[in-house]
Amino acid sequence: MNGRRVLHIYTWVLIAWLILPISVMILFGFNNPSGRYNQTWQGFTFKWYKDVFALEALTEALVTSLIVAVLTALIAGALGTGIGYALGRFRFRGSGGLNLLMFAAISSPELVMGSSLLSLFVSMGVSPGVVTITIAHVMFSVSFVAIVVRARVMTLDRSLEEAAADLGATGWSTFWKVIFPIILPAVASGVMLAFALSIDDFVITNFTAGTTETFPLWIWGATRVGLPPQVNVMGTMIFAAGVLFAVVANLRSRSKRKVAAAA
Amino acid sequence: MDRVKRTLAPYLLVLPGGLWLLLFFAVPMVTMLSLSLQEGDVVNGFVFTGHWQNYTESLADYQTQLIRSLVYGAITSIILIVLAFPVAYWIAFYGGRRKATYLFLIMLPFFVSFVLRTISWRMLLTDDGVLLHPLKAAGILPDGFNVLGTSGAVIAGLVYSFLPFMVLPIYVALERIDPRVVEAARDLYASPMTSFRKVIFPLALPGVFAGVLMTFVPASSDYVNSELLGSSETTMIGQVIQAKFLSNSDYPSASALSFTLMAVLLIGVFSYARMLGTEDVMKVAAR
Repeated sequence: MNGRRVLHIYTWVLIAWLILPISVMILFGFNNPSGRYNQTWQGFTFKWYKDVFALEALTEALVTSLIVAVLTALIAGALGTGIGYALGRFRFRGSGGLNLLMFAAISSPELVMGSSLLSLFVSMGVSPGVVTITIAHVMFSVSFVAIVVRARVMTLDRSLEEAAADLGATGWSTFWKVIFPIILPAVASGVMLAFALSIDDFVITNFTAGTTETFPLWIWGATRVGLPPQVNVMGTMIFAAGVLFAVVANLRSRSKRKVAAAA
Repeated sequence: MDRVKRTLAPYLLVLPGGLWLLLFFAVPMVTMLSLSLQEGDVVNGFVFTGHWQNYTESLADYQTQLIRSLVYGAITSIILIVLAFPVAYWIAFYGGRRKATYLFLIMLPFFVSFVLRTISWRMLLTDDGVLLHPLKAAGILPDGFNVLGTSGAVIAGLVYSFLPFMVLPIYVALERIDPRVVEAARDLYASPMTSFRKVIFPLALPGVFAGVLMTFVPASSDYVNSELLGSSETTMIGQVIQAKFLSNSDYPSASALSFTLMAVLLIGVFSYARMLGTEDVMKVAAR
């Protein structure tokens, strides 16, 4: 059919458009600019990969980003799993309000969440830094973890819990020995999501960082003077790590499904 | 004892995360509301005086930027529906075994920092850059032609930034359509066009709604694209709020503007929800 072919080509054109600026970022990590501006192609080099950590402030910003992302992933992972499990497993008063709060936190503009947090920190006299950034990141990512975990918990077979109780397990040990291993993949993807949201965040971080710089904030500050190629290299490394991780996770779950289907 | 534990369990589980959301999402909104009604400056401190003129004055000063932001947001969402629908449609109905791969490709930009992606666009679109320079040298475009700094550049940047957020919800809605429903329409002699208009599109509407919700709000409150790709002619309200908060420390009027923006977006979202019918909205919210 003709229409179908047109749609197929159109899909690929759109994907190419989506990938174009990413390719530019990767390509210019190999550029060899003579001046300070990494704008036009002037020859191929690997030297920025060798000197990727040569700019101290940039490296520091990247390390800050990684620290915040790890802290966010752990805290939001734990708190979000609690909420997600409770919402998926129990019916309780106040769950409607909690759902609404989560929905509001997900759909509010980042600009408003960032500026209101800044208002809070200013009026309480808290000086911004890594702690306030992490507080903000946990705030906006905890709902996402909760939603991912809740979806998994809702599909759990109740008879598993009953069987554990029949065998004399307490609620606590049932959770850790029976439930948690089953929902672990969902918890893990929630944790990864929180990590990804945190490391990429610009707007809320912009409002809650003070003079502390994360990777995106450093880039933002450097745009006026021109970006060094190291930024492209680091961007490429984050991109490659993310893609690799997603592909491996996908292949693993696929092969597991195949095993399950064969058994 | 055990029953007490049972009823308490969900509350204990929810407590830390719920408290976090309350303290760092809900409370700050109240603080900002209070700040927006205060007077003073950074040096001498701010005092609550119920100074509602912060709203009228800042709105009088920046209504152009506010309206421009809403218009940019609306145009972005409309362009996104047009661009994203065919892709979501093709992946949902003809993606076959490769559906997940196509969706993954659509989401690739998420693996690169938002700011970095926008800077890449600036590099591509700059006057003597990779795209414009050859066209100018070949005489296809006049020498004075430029893209950066125009509202077109800002809107294009916004469209690029939020495209995956429109494709995914429409895809989810289309994917749920039972193919037999479409077959039934064809059996009842509906033309492909009619079955699309009367069967497929109405069933995809909740997805379109979710897509608009997920793109209009962030696009109209964005300041990265207009800062990097625009000019003083394209200033959006986000840039004004950001500068007032972070450069001028003019907290009361910045808070007033921030609150106004949220109120306008909320009203927009809710009236849009009413227009579509609340049932669809609840379905989307439930997802």
